Amino acid sequence: MSVSENAQGTRNEILARNRSSAGDRLLRALRTPSGGVFILLIALLIAVIAANPSFGEPGSLIRFIGRTAPIAIAAIGQYFVIVSGEFDLSMGSVVTAQVFIAGNLIGDDDARVLPVLGLMFVFGAFIGLINGLVTTLLKVPSFIVTLGMMLALLGMVLYSTGGAATGNPADSFRQIGRGGIRDVPVLEIIPYPVIIFVVTAAAALWLMRRPYGRTLIAVGDNSRAAALTGARVWWVKTRAFMLSSLSATVAGIILVGYAGVHPSVGRGYEFTAITAVVLGGVVLGGGRGWVLSAAAGAFALETLFTLLNFLGVESTWRDSVQGIIIIVAVAAAAQTWQRKRRGASSRTHEPTHPIAPPPTVGTNERGI
Amino acid sequence: MNRLSRLTSTHIVYLVVLLTVIVGTILVGSVGRSFFSTGNISDILTGTSVLGFIAIGQTLVILVGSLDLSVPYVISLSSLIAAGIMANQGANVLPGVLAALAISALIGLANGLVVSGLKVHGFIATLGMGLIISGYLATNYQGSSGQAPLSFRLIGATGLGPVPISTLIMLATAGLVLLMLNRTRVGHHIYAVGGDLGVARMSGIRTRTPIITAHVLCSVMAGLAGLLLAARLGVGSPTIGSQGGYDLLSIAAVVLGGTLLAGGKGSLVGTLGGVLIFAMLDNIMSVMQINPFLKDVVRGLVIVIAVAVYARRTVITRPPRFEKSSTTPAREVSA
Repeated sequence: MSVSENAQGTRNEILARNRSSAGDRLLRALRTPSGGVFILLIALLIAVIAANPSFGEPGSLIRFIGRTAPIAIAAIGQYFVIVSGEFDLSMGSVVTAQVFIAGNLIGDDDARVLPVLGLMFVFGAFIGLINGLVTTLLKVPSFIVTLGMMLALLGMVLYSTGGAATGNPADSFRQIGRGGIRDVPVLEIIPYPVIIFVVTAAAALWLMRRPYGRTLIAVGDNSRAAALTGARVWWVKTRAFMLSSLSATVAGIILVGYAGVHPSVGRGYEFTAITAVVLGGVVLGGGRGWVLSAAAGAFALETLFTLLNFLGVESTWRDSVQGIIIIVAVAAAAQTWQRKRRGASSRTHEPTHPIAPPPTVGTNERGI
Repeated sequence: MNRLSRLTSTHIVYLVVLLTVIVGTILVGSVGRSFFSTGNISDILTGTSVLGFIAIGQTLVILVGSLDLSVPYVISLSSLIAAGIMANQGANVLPGVLAALAISALIGLANGLVVSGLKVHGFIATLGMGLIISGYLATNYQGSSGQAPLSFRLIGATGLGPVPISTLIMLATAGLVLLMLNRTRVGHHIYAVGGDLGVARMSGIRTRTPIITAHVLCSVMAGLAGLLLAARLGVGSPTIGSQGGYDLLSIAAVVLGGTLLAGGKGSLVGTLGGVLIFAMLDNIMSVMQINPFLKDVVRGLVIVIAVAVYARRTVITRPPRFEKSSTTPAREVSA
């Protein structure tokens, strides 16, 4: 007992000796692509506020966060899949499908809101389960699985509704995306999407610090090594797909309030979400990146659009600017990762700072 | 069992082609039409040509370990440039074609340089490039523009018997690319770099050249597809590429043909089989008059099921340069 306590003490001592100060560590984190996105976001925000000072008021800022919440939530969901080394292209179709389910099943009946909400979550989890099982058990590349799911799901939705918008869910349901807590002192209003986003982000952060999150990153980095250490790779990845579809469901619920029921709601969401995740410094192929950086990537993307709006850039050029920004951001990120890998001399590797106490003379593992 | 496991994915692709032909014959026959009538065969082959061009290029890019999501916009741009320069003058056909292909090649060069030089994942590099072109198209073209002269439109309309000229050009291009992949240095390097970039570099391969070559060829192929569409429509259109969903469909056709999405393994012959499967599916569904939305459902299911069928099969790795016998003595030594 005392021996282990002693070892614990030495370990903490060595950790303290080798660790740089908190400020240093923060600076180093900001230099990685996952940290850099926050600097990019702040720079863009300052630029927007410079172009249009009224944007900086708390009221309009919180509304902006509310508007961006669905894509940020979708990006968090996509993060789980990308960090495990896969893709989810079915996200946009899931959003569209959920919007149609809400429109057709809820109608004007307030009593149906909760049951249909439950059904939508079950449906979302089910789609993710299929994506995950086909990817992991049938060994079909996730790009193909989710592409097939995207085509099939969208086709089904449009076929069953004749391709036109039908139904409009009850107002109480649309309030989830539209409404908010009113009469808040400084902010005037806290939109519900902001609350949903904060809860989702906190839950995602918590999940990534749990054993599941650590395993997910290990699986994304090297799934074979993870399997050899005893991780159930298929189930870890399948759950990532379920989380992605569930987050698309949440995004869909919010979007019903914002945009209403329309077949074009959710179109292109998968690529926007992937762009946001990659902008957040998460590496395609898995194993690297922070979940909140993915959400920050979504905010950076939306802030960029707002900036272009305020600068009076023709809306048709938005695509081009977005394209340039993605390429430049990812290129910069790629250079940073490379430099890190090349010059990986940290203090821990210096001989004067041993990483573990030297073994005591005369003992071996069995303690004889 | 042993013989079954020796089936390569290319064999399975053509077994699926055969299966599709049988199912097609029965289904098309059930509505009182013939699957093998000249008109129908011509329809199917016409359907293969556009997707065929794009899928040939996409195969190269996927083999080298990248992706190309910018093809739909390259297609639209090429059709607009060609139709714009031709302006219904027969004498302008050659300049129009050359300009369209040159611009496409430049886009491919930019893609290749970004992927190989700046180390940006092909998915992002070409997605960004596609967005850049899409912004240009949306700003400068409100609708279809330009006019292809009759002599150019004939390419899309004539054929030798039931085989359209466009399909013949596509097959000839496929033959050239096949020759490049199997017989030239850069072809072998494409397989090597796609298999493992690090190992290829340490073996002394200049890894940039094959990546750039693949991207340039892919964009040129997309440019050719755009020219073909311009010949068929008679005008250039800014939405013709994105409407067709050619980026994802061509990737699906390549994977359907047995090429690994991660790169390094696969064959162009398989890709052509994948394209043929898609064309026959489309044809069967049109003849059966299936709801266009249901078509997407069927397509999605076929893609996933077909890839699942041979996901565990061996994939053609590369043209056999080292004889198989060399592995047998090695095994004997170890035993």
